[in-house]
Amino acid sequence: MWNKRKEEEYPPKSPATPAAPASQIKENAPMSTNPAPSHHPTESRGPAVIGKSVMIKGQIFSREDLTIDGEIDGSVELHEHRLTVGPNGKLQAGVKAREVVVLGTIHGNVEASDKIDIRKDAKLVGDIKTARIVIEDGAYFKGSIDIARPEAARPAAPAQAKAQSSSSTASNAATPATAAAGDSR
Amino acid sequence: MLKDRLRSEPSSPSLHSPPRKSPGQAQNRASNGLDQFFASLQDQESLSILDFSGASQANISFITSMGHRIYSNDALRTMEEAFGTGGDFITNQSDPDRAALFLRENLEFPDRTFDGALIWDTLQFLAPPLLQDTVDRLYRILRPQSSLLAFFHAEEKAQTAPLYSYRIVESKIMSLTPRNQVRPVQYFNNRSLEKLFQKFHSVKFFLTRDHLREVIVRR
Repeated sequence: MWNKRKEEEYPPKSPATPAAPASQIKENAPMSTNPAPSHHPTESRGPAVIGKSVMIKGQIFSREDLTIDGEIDGSVELHEHRLTVGPNGKLQAGVKAREVVVLGTIHGNVEASDKIDIRKDAKLVGDIKTARIVIEDGAYFKGSIDIARPEAARPAAPAQAKAQSSSSTASNAATPATAAAGDSR
Repeated sequence: MLKDRLRSEPSSPSLHSPPRKSPGQAQNRASNGLDQFFASLQDQESLSILDFSGASQANISFITSMGHRIYSNDALRTMEEAFGTGGDFITNQSDPDRAALFLRENLEFPDRTFDGALIWDTLQFLAPPLLQDTVDRLYRILRPQSSLLAFFHAEEKAQTAPLYSYRIVESKIMSLTPRNQVRPVQYFNNRSLEKLFQKFHSVKFFLTRDHLREVIVRR
């Protein structure tokens, strides 16, 4: 059972080529310009994962999809990628991503340029700015929701669009965003 | 959550009486109050609306599709956190610390933040000292000319009143999902409601066939 678990957690070693002394490897190593697959694990594996026993204080920037199942205190930014907060994930952080899926807890403002998906039993306290939102029954949310529609979706005349944009900005300045940000439990 | 406990702990002696029937299917029904509320928002964009029903896809989609921003909170849940769900639910409302917690969790916003408030039936669970503080706070955070929608059960002799989840279906139709039967803290008639909202500009009532008094209050 123990051996089986270890095999699941780590890349399996080839049983046909037992470990050899370094000198022997050097002599027998074939010359090739193609890198061995095991040297580039990021090409074949899924999104990066911060496990449930990990706690990080500070800023996280990622250029790939990220799953957080641990605790984060700070900020998380994945501008063009998807963030998944797992069921054990606890974020005390501002979040910026293309898409955010919440199964755990977020205390902080969330900006998702494409979509936010708040699943059953998830908890989000903070203000949301996104283009689309899905919230399942049973999820807890406290805060404001501001739907930011992409400019391309508005074929209105430029002057009208500009006027709408400026009125929207003015309105946002007076909205509860700042109050709610400090209103986290 | 309060709503869950209402289902599972029916024997509380104070606020919650035994359920007469189990939670049922959602029913759609027309609402003049809701219609008037959304009529007051017509031809405007980028308004801020306060919704006390808890986050729901229906309410969020409906309000944001009108181009407005919604601030969502589950007032029943914060009520439970502040006052508990047992027999001392009403007496706990006299505790200044608990009352301050309730106000802070639900209504701590800068003055004149919102252009409308969907309070649903939250106010009928509040006892008079805190009730008036809550209404005063609502007055402060609403902008002039804005509207507030609140529901009060209108059957004076009823020992219990149905507790619903309110979801917006259309501008004049809402979906009511019965959660339980609850004993309201007090009965409100037109006179007592006018007195409660006396700071506001106007109060308009709609009495429905199912003994629900829909109230539109203009700031």
